[in-house]
Amino acid sequence: MSTPVLDVRGLAYAYPDGHQALYGVDLHVHQGERVALLGPNGAGKTTLVLHLNGILTAGAGSVSVSGLPVEKAHLQEIRRRVGVVFQDPDDQLFMGTVRADVGFGPANLGIKGPELDRRVMHALDLVGMADFVDRPPHHLSFGQRRRVAVATVLAMEPEILVLDEPSSNLDPASRRELADILRSLDVTLLMVTHDLPYALELCPRAVVLSDGSVVADGPTYDVLTDDALMRANRLELPFGFDPRTVGPRP
Amino acid sequence: MGAGHGHKLHFHGHSPVHRAPAHLKILTLLAFMLVVVATPREWYPVFGLYLLVVVAVIALSRVPVTYILKRCVVEVPFLFFALLLPFVATGPTTEVLGVTVSQHGLLAAWALLVKGTLGVLASLTLAATTEPQELLRGLERLHLPNQLVQIMAFMVRYLDVVTGEMQRMKVARDSRGFSARNPRHWPVLARSLGALFIRSYERGERVHLAMLSRGYTGRMPR
Ligand SMILES: Nc1ncnc2c1ncn2[C@@H]1O[C@H](COP(=O)(O)OP(=O)(O)OP(=O)(O)O)[C@@H](O)[C@H]1O
Ligand SMILES: [Mg+2]
Repeated sequence: MSTPVLDVRGLAYAYPDGHQALYGVDLHVHQGERVALLGPNGAGKTTLVLHLNGILTAGAGSVSVSGLPVEKAHLQEIRRRVGVVFQDPDDQLFMGTVRADVGFGPANLGIKGPELDRRVMHALDLVGMADFVDRPPHHLSFGQRRRVAVATVLAMEPEILVLDEPSSNLDPASRRELADILRSLDVTLLMVTHDLPYALELCPRAVVLSDGSVVADGPTYDVLTDDALMRANRLELPFGFDPRTVGPRP
Repeated sequence: MGAGHGHKLHFHGHSPVHRAPAHLKILTLLAFMLVVVATPREWYPVFGLYLLVVVAVIALSRVPVTYILKRCVVEVPFLFFALLLPFVATGPTTEVLGVTVSQHGLLAAWALLVKGTLGVLASLTLAATTEPQELLRGLERLHLPNQLVQIMAFMVRYLDVVTGEMQRMKVARDSRGFSARNPRHWPVLARSLGALFIRSYERGERVHLAMLSRGYTGRMPR
Protein backbone atom coordinates (compact mmCIF):
# COMPACT_ATOMS: atom_id res chain seq x y z
CA MET A 1 0.00 0.00 0.00
CA SER A 2 1.06 3.62 -0.52
CA THR A 3 2.31 5.87 2.30
CA PRO A 4 -0.70 6.89 4.37
CA VAL A 5 -1.53 10.60 4.36
CA LEU A 6 -1.86 10.37 8.10
CA ASP A 7 0.15 7.88 10.10
CA VAL A 8 -0.27 7.96 13.86
CA ARG A 9 1.56 5.29 15.83
CA GLY A 10 1.38 4.62 19.54
CA LEU A 11 0.61 8.26 20.29
CA ALA A 12 0.42 9.04 24.00
CA TYR A 13 0.06 12.43 25.58
CA ALA A 14 -0.36 13.89 29.05
CA TYR A 15 -1.31 17.53 29.58
CA PRO A 16 1.11 19.62 31.64
CA ASP A 17 -1.21 19.26 34.67
CA GLY A 18 -0.56 15.51 34.54
CA HIS A 19 -3.88 14.45 33.03
CA GLN A 20 -3.21 11.64 30.57
CA ALA A 21 -5.45 12.29 27.57
CA LEU A 22 -4.13 9.78 25.00
CA TYR A 23 -2.88 6.24 25.63
CA GLY A 24 -1.18 4.85 22.54
CA VAL A 25 -3.40 5.84 19.61
CA ASP A 26 -2.88 4.16 16.22
CA LEU A 27 -4.56 5.66 13.18
CA HIS A 28 -3.81 5.45 9.48
CA VAL A 29 -5.69 7.44 6.91
CA HIS A 30 -5.05 6.97 3.21
CA GLN A 31 -5.32 9.35 0.28
CA GLY A 32 -8.92 10.28 -0.55
CA GLU A 33 -10.50 8.62 2.50
CA ARG A 34 -13.20 10.33 4.53
CA VAL A 35 -12.99 9.25 8.14
CA ALA A 36 -15.24 10.17 11.06
CA LEU A 37 -13.63 10.38 14.49
CA LEU A 38 -16.28 9.54 17.06
CA GLY A 39 -16.23 9.35 20.83
CA PRO A 40 -17.86 10.75 23.95
CA ASN A 41 -16.98 14.10 25.54
CA GLY A 42 -13.48 14.06 26.95
CA ALA A 43 -12.37 11.06 24.90
CA GLY A 44 -9.35 12.93 23.59
CA LYS A 45 -10.51 13.76 20.08
CA THR A 46 -9.48 17.42 20.14
CA THR A 47 -6.20 16.47 21.82
CA LEU A 48 -5.51 14.06 18.96
CA VAL A 49 -6.36 16.73 16.37
CA LEU A 50 -3.92 19.15 17.99
CA HIS A 51 -1.14 16.61 17.45
CA LEU A 52 -1.81 16.25 13.75
CA ASN A 53 -0.34 19.66 12.87
CA GLY A 54 2.15 19.87 15.68
CA ILE A 55 0.35 22.25 18.05
CA LEU A 56 0.89 19.61 20.73
CA THR A 57 3.99 17.44 20.67
CA ALA A 58 3.69 13.70 21.18
CA GLY A 59 4.71 12.46 24.62
CA ALA A 60 5.38 9.03 23.13
CA GLY A 61 4.83 7.54 19.70
CA SER A 62 4.87 9.40 16.41
CA VAL A 63 2.74 11.26 13.89
CA SER A 64 3.68 11.61 10.24
CA VAL A 65 1.93 13.24 7.33
CA SER A 66 2.62 11.73 3.92
CA GLY A 67 5.83 10.31 5.32
CA LEU A 68 7.02 13.56 6.91
CA PRO A 69 7.28 13.26 10.70
CA VAL A 70 5.58 16.03 12.71
CA GLU A 71 8.62 17.66 14.26
CA LYS A 72 9.75 21.20 14.95
CA ALA A 73 12.11 21.19 11.97
CA HIS A 74 9.30 20.99 9.38
CA LEU A 75 6.30 22.43 11.16
CA GLN A 76 5.69 24.95 8.39
CA GLU A 77 5.40 22.20 5.77
CA ILE A 78 3.24 20.07 8.11
CA ARG A 79 0.87 22.98 8.59
CA ARG A 80 0.57 23.39 4.87
CA ARG A 81 -0.27 19.72 4.48
CA VAL A 82 -2.73 19.47 7.37
CA GLY A 83 -5.57 21.99 7.41
CA VAL A 84 -7.35 22.15 10.76
CA VAL A 85 -10.74 23.84 11.08
CA PHE A 86 -11.45 24.56 14.75
CA GLN A 87 -14.80 24.28 16.38
CA ASP A 88 -15.47 27.97 17.00
CA PRO A 89 -15.22 30.07 13.82
CA ASP A 90 -14.60 33.15 15.97
CA ASP A 91 -11.27 31.60 16.93
CA GLN A 92 -10.44 30.83 13.33
CA LEU A 93 -11.40 34.14 11.72
CA PHE A 94 -9.29 36.92 13.16
CA MET A 95 -8.60 39.34 10.33
CA GLY A 96 -10.62 42.38 9.31
CA THR A 97 -12.01 41.06 6.05
CA VAL A 98 -12.88 37.66 4.65
CA ARG A 99 -10.26 38.21 1.94
CA ALA A 100 -7.47 38.91 4.42
CA ASP A 101 -8.54 35.97 6.54
CA VAL A 102 -8.63 33.44 3.73
CA GLY A 103 -5.33 34.87 2.43
CA PHE A 104 -3.62 34.63 5.80
CA GLY A 105 -2.48 31.02 5.49
CA PRO A 106 -1.22 31.13 1.89
CA ALA A 107 0.50 34.48 2.57
CA ASN A 108 2.34 32.84 5.45
CA LEU A 109 3.54 30.27 2.92
CA GLY A 110 5.04 33.11 0.93
CA ILE A 111 2.36 33.29 -1.77
CA LYS A 112 1.46 36.77 -2.97
CA GLY A 113 0.04 38.85 -5.81
CA PRO A 114 -2.28 37.29 -8.39
CA GLU A 115 -1.61 33.74 -7.19
CA LEU A 116 -2.77 34.72 -3.69
CA ASP A 117 -5.92 36.27 -5.15
CA ARG A 118 -6.55 33.17 -7.20
CA ARG A 119 -6.24 30.92 -4.15
CA VAL A 120 -8.52 33.12 -2.07
CA MET A 121 -11.23 33.31 -4.70
CA HIS A 122 -10.99 29.62 -5.51
CA ALA A 123 -11.34 28.63 -1.85
CA LEU A 124 -14.29 30.97 -1.39
CA ASP A 125 -15.91 29.64 -4.57
CA LEU A 126 -15.68 26.10 -3.23
CA VAL A 127 -17.67 27.04 -0.13
CA GLY A 128 -20.02 29.39 -2.01
CA MET A 129 -18.88 32.53 -0.20
CA ALA A 130 -17.22 34.45 -3.04
CA ASP A 131 -19.70 37.31 -2.75
CA PHE A 132 -18.62 38.00 0.80
CA VAL A 133 -14.95 38.52 0.09
CA ASP A 134 -14.80 42.13 1.27
CA ARG A 135 -17.05 41.78 4.30
CA PRO A 136 -15.72 41.69 7.86
CA PRO A 137 -16.05 38.08 9.12
CA HIS A 138 -17.77 39.11 12.34
CA HIS A 139 -20.70 40.51 10.39
CA LEU A 140 -21.51 37.13 8.87
CA SER A 141 -24.00 34.61 10.21
CA PHE A 142 -22.68 31.62 12.13
CA GLY A 143 -23.11 29.21 9.22
CA GLN A 144 -21.39 31.64 6.86
CA ARG A 145 -18.52 32.02 9.29
CA ARG A 146 -18.15 28.26 9.50
CA ARG A 147 -17.97 28.09 5.70
CA VAL A 148 -15.37 30.86 5.55
CA ALA A 149 -13.42 28.99 8.25
CA VAL A 150 -13.35 25.97 5.94
CA ALA A 151 -12.19 28.23 3.10
CA THR A 152 -9.31 29.64 5.17
CA VAL A 153 -7.92 26.14 5.32
CA LEU A 154 -8.77 25.13 1.74
CA ALA A 155 -6.78 28.13 0.52
CA MET A 156 -3.67 26.41 1.81
CA GLU A 157 -4.45 23.45 -0.49
CA PRO A 158 -3.91 20.90 2.27
CA GLU A 159 -3.48 17.19 1.71
CA ILE A 160 -5.79 16.41 4.56
CA LEU A 161 -8.62 18.47 5.97
CA VAL A 162 -9.31 18.01 9.68
CA LEU A 163 -12.56 19.38 11.04
CA ASP A 164 -13.44 19.58 14.73
CA GLU A 165 -17.23 19.25 15.04
CA PRO A 166 -18.11 20.99 11.78
CA SER A 167 -21.88 20.57 12.12
CA SER A 168 -22.23 21.87 15.67
CA ASN A 169 -24.44 24.96 16.08
CA LEU A 170 -25.54 24.88 12.46
CA ASP A 171 -29.19 24.97 11.50
CA PRO A 172 -30.37 21.98 9.44
CA ALA A 173 -30.07 23.80 6.12
CA SER A 174 -26.55 25.08 6.81
CA ARG A 175 -25.63 21.63 8.06
CA ARG A 176 -26.76 20.05 4.80
CA GLU A 177 -25.06 22.77 2.71
CA LEU A 178 -21.79 22.12 4.54
CA ALA A 179 -22.22 18.39 3.88
CA ASP A 180 -22.64 19.11 0.17
CA ILE A 181 -19.51 21.24 0.20
CA LEU A 182 -17.46 18.65 2.06
CA ARG A 183 -18.64 15.88 -0.25
CA SER A 184 -17.73 17.93 -3.33
CA LEU A 185 -14.15 18.49 -2.17
CA ASP A 186 -11.50 16.26 -3.59
CA VAL A 187 -9.47 15.98 -0.40
CA THR A 188 -8.73 13.50 2.38
CA LEU A 189 -10.97 14.24 5.33
CA LEU A 190 -10.86 13.55 9.05
CA MET A 191 -13.96 14.78 10.81
CA VAL A 192 -14.48 14.88 14.57
CA THR A 193 -18.18 14.74 15.27
CA HIS A 194 -20.93 13.89 17.73
CA ASP A 195 -23.42 14.03 14.90
CA LEU A 196 -23.72 10.33 14.03
CA PRO A 197 -26.13 10.68 11.09
CA TYR A 198 -23.69 13.22 9.65
CA ALA A 199 -20.85 10.73 10.05
CA LEU A 200 -22.86 8.04 8.29
CA GLU A 201 -23.81 10.42 5.50
CA LEU A 202 -20.31 11.73 4.81
CA CYS A 203 -17.75 9.21 5.97
CA PRO A 204 -17.55 5.61 4.81
CA ARG A 205 -15.16 4.85 7.68
CA ALA A 206 -15.42 5.61 11.39
CA VAL A 207 -12.92 5.47 14.23
CA VAL A 208 -14.13 5.46 17.82
CA LEU A 209 -11.90 7.00 20.46
CA SER A 210 -12.71 6.31 24.09
CA ASP A 211 -10.69 7.33 27.13
CA GLY A 212 -7.69 8.06 24.98
CA SER A 213 -7.54 4.84 22.95
CA VAL A 214 -9.01 3.67 19.68
CA VAL A 215 -11.69 1.08 20.48
CA ALA A 216 -13.19 0.59 17.04
CA ASP A 217 -12.20 1.26 13.45
CA GLY A 218 -14.33 0.14 10.54
CA PRO A 219 -17.12 0.98 8.13
CA THR A 220 -19.34 3.65 9.69
CA TYR A 221 -22.46 1.56 9.11
CA ASP A 222 -21.00 -1.40 11.01
CA VAL A 223 -19.86 0.81 13.90
CA LEU A 224 -23.23 2.51 14.26
CA THR A 225 -25.14 -0.78 14.16
CA ASP A 226 -22.91 -2.47 16.76
CA ASP A 227 -25.18 -1.90 19.74
CA ALA A 228 -22.81 -3.28 22.36
CA LEU A 229 -19.94 -1.10 21.15
CA MET A 230 -22.17 1.94 20.98
CA ARG A 231 -23.49 1.47 24.50
CA ALA A 232 -20.04 0.78 25.94
CA ASN A 233 -18.75 4.09 24.56
CA ARG A 234 -21.61 6.42 25.40
CA LEU A 235 -22.52 6.80 21.74
CA GLU A 236 -26.22 7.30 21.20
CA LEU A 237 -28.14 7.66 18.00
CA PRO A 238 -30.58 10.58 17.93
CA PHE A 239 -34.22 9.74 18.55
CA GLY A 240 -35.86 8.24 15.52
CA PHE A 241 -32.66 7.64 13.59
CA ASP A 242 -31.90 4.06 12.65
CA PRO A 243 -28.91 3.39 10.38
CA ARG A 244 -30.53 0.10 9.37
CA THR A 245 -33.38 1.88 7.63
CA VAL A 246 -30.94 4.26 5.93
CA GLY A 247 -28.58 1.48 4.92
CA PRO A 248 -24.84 1.64 4.33
CA ARG A 249 -23.62 4.45 2.10
CA PRO A 250 -21.76 3.63 -1.10
CA MET B 1 -24.12 34.92 18.32
CA GLY B 2 -22.04 37.71 19.75
CA ALA B 3 -21.33 39.62 16.59
CA GLY B 4 -23.54 42.66 16.29
CA HIS B 5 -24.14 44.24 12.96
CA GLY B 6 -22.37 47.42 12.00
CA HIS B 7 -19.96 49.33 14.17
CA LYS B 8 -21.77 51.63 16.49
CA LEU B 9 -19.81 54.71 15.56
CA HIS B 10 -19.81 54.37 11.80
CA PHE B 11 -22.49 55.95 9.65
CA HIS B 12 -22.63 54.52 6.16
CA GLY B 13 -22.47 57.12 3.38
CA HIS B 14 -20.78 58.22 0.17
CA SER B 15 -20.01 61.89 0.77
CA PRO B 16 -16.63 63.46 -0.08
CA VAL B 17 -15.76 63.18 3.61
CA HIS B 18 -16.46 59.45 3.52
CA ARG B 19 -14.38 59.03 0.39
CA ALA B 20 -11.35 61.06 1.53
CA PRO B 21 -8.28 58.86 2.19
CA ALA B 22 -8.20 57.71 5.81
CA HIS B 23 -4.64 58.79 6.51
CA LEU B 24 -5.44 62.35 5.41
CA LYS B 25 -8.42 62.40 7.70
CA ILE B 26 -6.35 61.16 10.62
CA LEU B 27 -3.69 63.80 10.00
CA THR B 28 -6.31 66.51 9.66
CA LEU B 29 -7.93 65.46 12.91
CA LEU B 30 -4.57 65.45 14.65
CA ALA B 31 -3.64 68.88 13.30
CA PHE B 32 -7.04 70.27 14.21
CA MET B 33 -6.77 68.97 17.76
CA LEU B 34 -3.28 70.40 18.19
CA VAL B 35 -4.42 73.81 17.00
CA VAL B 36 -7.48 73.73 19.27
CA VAL B 37 -5.46 72.73 22.30
CA ALA B 38 -2.78 75.32 21.58
CA THR B 39 -5.26 78.19 21.18
CA PRO B 40 -5.23 80.48 24.28
CA ARG B 41 -8.51 79.98 26.07
CA GLU B 42 -9.29 83.74 26.14
CA TRP B 43 -9.61 83.94 22.33
CA TYR B 44 -13.32 83.32 22.54
CA PRO B 45 -14.37 84.15 18.95
CA VAL B 46 -11.73 81.82 17.50
CA PHE B 47 -13.43 78.84 19.12
CA GLY B 48 -16.64 79.85 17.37
CA LEU B 49 -14.72 79.64 14.12
CA TYR B 50 -13.47 76.13 14.99
CA LEU B 51 -16.99 75.02 15.75
CA LEU B 52 -18.09 76.40 12.40
CA VAL B 53 -15.41 74.33 10.67
CA VAL B 54 -16.52 71.13 12.40
CA VAL B 55 -20.18 71.81 11.66
CA ALA B 56 -19.32 72.48 8.01
CA VAL B 57 -17.51 69.13 7.74
CA ILE B 58 -20.43 67.33 9.40
CA ALA B 59 -22.83 69.01 7.00
CA LEU B 60 -20.65 68.00 4.05
CA SER B 61 -20.54 64.39 5.27
CA ARG B 62 -24.38 64.31 5.46
CA VAL B 63 -24.21 62.43 8.76
CA PRO B 64 -27.27 63.58 10.73
CA VAL B 65 -26.24 66.01 13.48
CA THR B 66 -28.42 64.10 15.95
CA TYR B 67 -26.40 60.94 15.20
CA ILE B 68 -23.22 62.69 16.27
CA LEU B 69 -24.80 64.51 19.21
CA LYS B 70 -26.22 61.31 20.65
CA ARG B 71 -22.76 59.79 20.70
CA CYS B 72 -21.41 62.85 22.51
CA VAL B 73 -22.62 61.34 25.78
CA VAL B 74 -19.10 59.92 26.28
CA GLU B 75 -18.18 63.47 27.21
CA VAL B 76 -20.64 63.71 30.10
CA PRO B 77 -18.21 62.72 32.88
CA PHE B 78 -15.82 65.43 31.70
CA LEU B 79 -18.61 67.98 31.60
CA PHE B 80 -19.47 67.07 35.15
CA PHE B 81 -15.86 67.63 36.15
CA ALA B 82 -15.78 70.92 34.25
CA LEU B 83 -18.89 72.15 36.05
CA LEU B 84 -17.28 71.33 39.37
CA LEU B 85 -14.12 73.33 38.69
CA PRO B 86 -15.47 76.88 39.33
CA PHE B 87 -16.58 75.77 42.78
CA VAL B 88 -13.48 73.97 43.93
CA ALA B 89 -10.75 76.17 42.41
CA THR B 90 -9.22 78.95 44.56
CA GLY B 91 -8.09 82.52 43.80
CA PRO B 92 -10.05 85.68 43.02
CA THR B 93 -13.78 85.14 42.83
CA THR B 94 -16.58 86.53 40.77
CA GLU B 95 -20.33 86.24 40.73
CA VAL B 96 -22.37 84.34 38.18
CA LEU B 97 -26.15 84.33 38.54
CA GLY B 98 -25.77 85.24 42.18
CA VAL B 99 -23.33 82.42 43.01
CA THR B 100 -19.76 83.17 44.03
CA VAL B 101 -17.29 81.15 41.94
CA SER B 102 -13.55 81.11 41.31
CA GLN B 103 -12.41 83.10 38.25
CA HIS B 104 -9.61 80.65 37.50
CA GLY B 105 -12.01 77.78 37.88
CA LEU B 106 -14.50 79.39 35.55
CA LEU B 107 -11.89 79.91 32.88
CA ALA B 108 -10.52 76.38 33.30
CA ALA B 109 -14.03 74.97 33.04
CA TRP B 110 -14.66 76.95 29.86
CA ALA B 111 -11.42 75.70 28.32
CA LEU B 112 -12.14 72.08 29.24
CA LEU B 113 -15.69 72.39 27.98
CA VAL B 114 -14.95 73.98 24.64
CA LYS B 115 -11.73 72.16 23.78
CA GLY B 116 -13.13 68.85 24.91
CA THR B 117 -16.34 69.25 22.97
CA LEU B 118 -14.51 70.28 19.80
CA GLY B 119 -12.22 67.26 20.13
CA VAL B 120 -15.10 64.86 20.70
CA LEU B 121 -17.11 66.28 17.79
CA ALA B 122 -14.17 66.08 15.41
CA SER B 123 -13.24 62.54 16.48
CA LEU B 124 -16.82 61.35 16.17
CA THR B 125 -16.98 62.83 12.69
CA LEU B 126 -13.89 60.84 11.73
CA ALA B 127 -15.34 57.68 13.25
CA ALA B 128 -18.70 58.20 11.59
CA THR B 129 -17.20 58.65 8.15
CA THR B 130 -14.42 56.05 8.19
CA GLU B 131 -14.75 52.26 8.38
CA PRO B 132 -12.57 50.78 11.15
CA GLN B 133 -10.69 48.80 8.50
CA GLU B 134 -9.95 51.98 6.58
CA LEU B 135 -8.80 53.68 9.75
CA LEU B 136 -6.32 50.87 10.39
CA ARG B 137 -5.06 51.03 6.83
CA GLY B 138 -4.67 54.79 7.24
CA LEU B 139 -2.59 54.32 10.37
CA GLU B 140 -0.49 51.78 8.53
CA ARG B 141 0.11 54.24 5.71
CA LEU B 142 1.23 56.77 8.32
CA HIS B 143 3.90 54.23 9.34
CA LEU B 144 2.57 53.54 12.78
CA PRO B 145 4.56 50.50 14.02
CA ASN B 146 3.03 47.37 12.55
CA GLN B 147 2.61 45.65 15.92
CA LEU B 148 0.47 48.51 17.19
CA VAL B 149 -1.74 48.41 14.10
CA GLN B 150 -2.13 44.64 14.51
CA ILE B 151 -3.13 44.99 18.16
CA MET B 152 -5.73 47.57 17.18
CA ALA B 153 -6.96 45.34 14.36
CA PHE B 154 -7.49 42.49 16.79
CA MET B 155 -9.25 44.86 19.15
CA VAL B 156 -11.64 45.93 16.40
CA ARG B 157 -12.18 42.32 15.39
CA TYR B 158 -12.91 40.98 18.86
CA LEU B 159 -14.71 43.96 20.36
CA ASP B 160 -18.05 42.56 19.25
CA VAL B 161 -17.20 39.06 20.40
CA VAL B 162 -16.16 40.24 23.86
CA THR B 163 -19.08 42.63 24.32
CA GLY B 164 -21.35 39.82 23.14
CA GLU B 165 -19.83 37.55 25.74
CA MET B 166 -20.28 40.24 28.38
CA GLN B 167 -23.90 40.67 27.32
CA ARG B 168 -24.57 36.93 27.58
CA MET B 169 -22.99 36.82 31.02
CA LYS B 170 -25.20 39.71 32.08
CA VAL B 171 -28.30 37.94 30.77
CA ALA B 172 -27.26 34.76 32.58
CA ARG B 173 -26.68 36.74 35.80
CA ASP B 174 -29.94 38.62 35.61
CA SER B 175 -31.89 35.46 34.77
CA ARG B 176 -30.78 34.05 38.09
CA GLY B 177 -32.01 36.95 40.14
CA PHE B 178 -28.94 39.17 40.22
CA SER B 179 -29.57 42.85 40.78
CA ALA B 180 -26.90 45.45 40.14
CA ARG B 181 -28.75 47.79 42.53
CA ASN B 182 -28.18 45.56 45.50
CA PRO B 183 -24.72 46.26 47.01
CA ARG B 184 -24.66 42.78 48.48
CA HIS B 185 -24.55 41.44 44.92
CA TRP B 186 -21.63 43.60 43.85
CA PRO B 187 -18.91 41.03 44.53
CA VAL B 188 -20.54 38.97 41.78
CA LEU B 189 -19.79 41.78 39.33
CA ALA B 190 -16.10 41.61 40.19
CA ARG B 191 -16.14 37.86 39.77
CA SER B 192 -17.85 37.97 36.40
CA LEU B 193 -15.33 40.57 35.29
CA GLY B 194 -12.64 38.09 36.28
CA ALA B 195 -14.42 35.35 34.37
CA LEU B 196 -14.67 37.61 31.33
CA PHE B 197 -10.95 38.27 31.54
CA ILE B 198 -10.14 34.55 31.72
CA ARG B 199 -12.49 33.78 28.84
CA SER B 200 -10.96 36.50 26.67
CA TYR B 201 -7.49 35.33 27.59
CA GLU B 202 -8.31 31.74 26.66
CA ARG B 203 -9.91 32.89 23.45
CA GLY B 204 -6.65 34.71 22.74
CA GLU B 205 -4.81 31.44 23.18
CA ARG B 206 -7.20 29.58 20.88
CA VAL B 207 -6.89 32.30 18.23
CA HIS B 208 -3.13 32.01 18.50
CA LEU B 209 -3.35 28.24 17.96
CA ALA B 210 -5.55 28.81 14.93
CA MET B 211 -2.97 31.27 13.60
CA LEU B 212 -0.12 28.83 14.17
CA SER B 213 -2.12 26.15 12.37
CA ARG B 214 -2.08 28.31 9.30
CA GLY B 215 1.64 28.83 9.31
CA TYR B 216 1.93 32.01 11.41
CA THR B 217 5.51 32.53 12.49
CA GLY B 218 5.25 35.78 14.42
CA ARG B 219 4.97 38.27 11.54
CA MET B 220 1.79 39.23 9.78
CA PRO B 221 1.94 38.53 6.06
CA ARG B 222 1.87 41.73 4.00
N1 LIG C 1 -5.58 22.10 28.58
C1 LIG C 1 -5.84 20.95 29.24
N2 LIG C 1 -5.23 20.65 30.41
C2 LIG C 1 -5.50 19.51 31.07
N3 LIG C 1 -6.38 18.59 30.64
C3 LIG C 1 -7.03 18.81 29.50
C4 LIG C 1 -6.81 20.01 28.74
N4 LIG C 1 -7.60 19.97 27.63
C5 LIG C 1 -8.28 18.80 27.72
N5 LIG C 1 -7.93 18.11 28.83
C6 LIG C 1 -8.45 16.79 29.24
O1 LIG C 1 -8.08 15.83 28.28
C7 LIG C 1 -9.15 14.92 28.04
C8 LIG C 1 -9.46 14.91 26.54
O2 LIG C 1 -9.94 16.17 26.16
P1 LIG C 1 -10.35 16.55 24.67
O3 LIG C 1 -10.61 18.00 24.63
O4 LIG C 1 -9.35 16.00 23.74
O5 LIG C 1 -11.72 15.73 24.54
P2 LIG C 1 -12.71 15.65 23.31
O6 LIG C 1 -12.77 14.21 22.91
O7 LIG C 1 -12.35 16.63 22.27
O8 LIG C 1 -14.10 16.02 24.00
P3 LIG C 1 -15.36 16.84 23.42
O9 LIG C 1 -16.18 15.88 22.66
O10 LIG C 1 -16.05 17.26 24.67
O11 LIG C 1 -14.83 17.99 22.62
C9 LIG C 1 -10.31 15.38 28.88
O12 LIG C 1 -10.40 14.55 30.00
C10 LIG C 1 -9.97 16.78 29.28
O13 LIG C 1 -10.43 17.07 30.57
MG1 LIG D 1 -13.28 18.46 21.48
